[in-house]
Amino acid sequence: MLVVLIGLVAGFYGGLFGVGGGTLIVPGLIWLGYRSKIAAATSLAAIGITAVVGAIFYAWYGEVRVLYALLVGIPAALGAVFGTAFQQRLHSRVLTALFAVLLAAIGLKLVIG
Amino acid sequence: MTIALAIVLGAAAGVLAGLFGVGGGILFVPALLMLGLGQHQAEATSLLAIVPVVLVGSWRQHRYGNIRWDSVWKLGLGSLAGVVGGGLLAERLAPGSLQRLFGVLVIAIALELGWRAWRGDSRRVVTEKPGAR
Repeated sequence: MLVVLIGLVAGFYGGLFGVGGGTLIVPGLIWLGYRSKIAAATSLAAIGITAVVGAIFYAWYGEVRVLYALLVGIPAALGAVFGTAFQQRLHSRVLTALFAVLLAAIGLKLVIG
Repeated sequence: MTIALAIVLGAAAGVLAGLFGVGGGILFVPALLMLGLGQHQAEATSLLAIVPVVLVGSWRQHRYGNIRWDSVWKLGLGSLAGVVGGGLLAERLAPGSLQRLFGVLVIAIALELGWRAWRGDSRRVVTEKPGAR
C-alpha cells in the first residue's frame, strides 16, 4: 500500500513537471528498505508507465513534438545502456551517496528557478 | 550547434537514467527548451522521450536481475492517478508556482539520503525476494 502511495505522489510530481517521477520513487523505495540498485531499477521500469500515460495525456492537448522527443530520446536510450552497466560496478552505498548529490542539485535548481 | 548540444544532453540524461533510475526528464526539459519549445511543450515531449530510455534501461536492468516487478505494477498504478492530476494542475498553473516547494522537499530528501549513505544503511533490507511486504 505504501508503494502505491509513493507512486501516487511521484506521478503527481511527474505530471506537474514533465519528468518521470524517479526523483521521488527512488528515495521512497530506499526508505522502505530497498537496496539502492533495486530501487533504481524498479523505479526506472515504473517510470515507463508514468511516461506513457503522461505523454498520451499531453498529446491530447497537442503539446507533444515527436521529432524532438526522438532527437533527445534516442541518444538517451544509448546512454542508459552505459548508465545501467556502470551501476552494476558500484556499491549500493556509493550509489545512494551519488544519488543524494544529484537530488541536492535538482532541489537547488528548483528553488533558484 | 544547438542540435548537437541537445543530443549530448540527451545522452547524458540517459546515463543518469540508467545509473539512478530516474527518467532523465530533468535534462530533457532544459534541452527541449533550448531547442525553442515552450515550457508545456517541453514537459510533454520530455515524457515521450523517456519511453525509449525506459524500454532499453528496463531491459538491461531486468537482465541484471535488479527489478522487483511486483512493486513496478503498484508504483505504476499509483502514478497513473497522480500523473493525470499533476498534468491537469500544470495546465492551469503558471509555470514555476510549485517549483520552490518541490525544490525544498527534494533538498530535504537529498540530505536524508546523504546522511543514510554516510552512516551506512543498517536497517531492514529488501533484496530480490518479492512478497515480503
